Amino acid sequence: MLFQDFIFWALAVGGVAAALGVVLLRDIFRAALLLIVVFLTIAGHFFLLAAEFVGVVQVLIYAGAISILIIFAIMLTQNVQQGNLPNRLQIPAVLLPALLLSALIFVFVDTDWRLTEALPNAVGVNIVNLAFEDTTFKLSKLLLENYALAFGAAGALLLASIIGALSLVRER
Amino acid sequence: MVPFLQDNVIYRGVYCWLGGNEGNAQWCGGDGLLPGGYEWVAYFVAGLTIMLILVNGALLGAAVFVWAERRLLARFQARRGPNRWGPWGILQPIADLVKLLIKEDIIPTAADRIAFTLVPIIMLMSLLLSLAVLPFARNTYLANLNIGVLYIVAVSSMTTIAIFMAGWASANKFAMFGAMRGVTMLISYEIPLILSLVGVVLIAGSMSLVSVVEAQYLPFILVQPLGALVFMLGISAELNRTPFDILEAESEIVAGYHTEYSGIKFALIQAAEMAGVLAASGFLATLFLGGWSGPFLSTQLGALWFLMKLSFFVFLFIWIRATFPRLRIDQIMAFAWKFLLPLAMINFLATAVQVYFFGFYHGDVPGEITRNEQWVMAAINVPLAVASIVAFGHFAREGIRVPAVRLESIVPIPRVAEVD
Repeated sequence: MLFQDFIFWALAVGGVAAALGVVLLRDIFRAALLLIVVFLTIAGHFFLLAAEFVGVVQVLIYAGAISILIIFAIMLTQNVQQGNLPNRLQIPAVLLPALLLSALIFVFVDTDWRLTEALPNAVGVNIVNLAFEDTTFKLSKLLLENYALAFGAAGALLLASIIGALSLVRER
Repeated sequence: MVPFLQDNVIYRGVYCWLGGNEGNAQWCGGDGLLPGGYEWVAYFVAGLTIMLILVNGALLGAAVFVWAERRLLARFQARRGPNRWGPWGILQPIADLVKLLIKEDIIPTAADRIAFTLVPIIMLMSLLLSLAVLPFARNTYLANLNIGVLYIVAVSSMTTIAIFMAGWASANKFAMFGAMRGVTMLISYEIPLILSLVGVVLIAGSMSLVSVVEAQYLPFILVQPLGALVFMLGISAELNRTPFDILEAESEIVAGYHTEYSGIKFALIQAAEMAGVLAASGFLATLFLGGWSGPFLSTQLGALWFLMKLSFFVFLFIWIRATFPRLRIDQIMAFAWKFLLPLAMINFLATAVQVYFFGFYHGDVPGEITRNEQWVMAAINVPLAVASIVAFGHFAREGIRVPAVRLESIVPIPRVAEVD
């Protein structure tokens, strides 16, 4: 367990430090690169929790694709050289994350995290192995059976956004 | 603690040597050096040993590949190629490496030093990480991840970020051009690349590369011809090989994203690109040609079969490079979105329907697809592949042929009769 604790603290401290760097650095390009580091540490947390599918998807989608989108947005920004200047949105920028953070803390405190007690009798490490064996299969079951409507709605939303983007940039 | 390595030959050897019959190891003959509870030592030693072999093997393989590519390209172009240093010039990569090592390592003054230095590291790292799941023979791999296929794609998508970092951090116009071209191309080709793998995963019923090899009663290149084609083309775009090498087009933008790199950094970027071809050939061989399994003696000669299949794909990559000219950016994007993406979709849909259909014969939970069912799938999918390539072929050719602009529509050319 000591090794896992060490990995957890390394990931947590590294992630928070990188996140602070994203907010505080003046150089937007370096901030974007640090954002990728944040995504990777979150993927590391997923791996630590034995959710390997979600972890790899985090690397693929966030670190590999979303970050590229953000970098493209930076490329289209005017006056990139001036960097990350403060502006009048400072107060809303404090309020909204504070609201989000309080909601998250409420969820963390409110949720019953004792996952392993619901499982059949097993000893020690085997409980964790039983709970998290083949997460891909369980995830696909959840997505395509229990939450099929939400999954389909997300697909429809993505399709609508693709069509919207196409109609915006279409040459007339 | 040891789900990744438990079938590995090296791990079992180290385990027996150190731990013996302790724990749940039934495969050992006698007692080992250490008392029980020290399985992690065996895991650590075996993991480090395999990593050492992998890293050195990849870099040595890259060196051999550089030589083979230069010799073969020379043959394709009716030249001789490097033939001075060593027999058939085989020591040429070592001479190249020594030259690059003793060159000055220049970082431009305007460059972002940290990002600039990180680029070769990230490129080599993403390549070496992707090698971890590649099975070289039966029970010979670093990790048998149950998400292996997805892991490869995720880890190699880090290359895109490295290329962009190289372009931006170099503070060079040509590097920036190359990086922007590259990023645009890479994010487009990732979509058909991932979709082409879905069919393989559906048939194998698992994303582990070992399970994919074990599920191949037929080579999947027959069962999944469209998937194999799309994956081959997509991965050669991801590798920046010649028909798709717009991001380092040396006749247009100097050397693209690595214009400013010199010395050992350039050598590392090149090594990552060259070993990337080997890794891609390994994945093609594993996913579509049956990996280590061969017509006979798969257990004993597994590594040999794998090496032969890998060399076949490496030769194919070099052949493609020698044959096709570089495409324009609009042609490349049209090729990805109008040709590869529909083909990958057709393959995905057809395979899903077939797997669903065959799954009915095995009860509620879809079982493995048997040999006969794979023959049936091949009989359906090969004509389907031909038909859809013909159907979407005109999209692939779109823009390749320049529309015939007649000279007289621009400049009035007097006709012979008018001159008289």
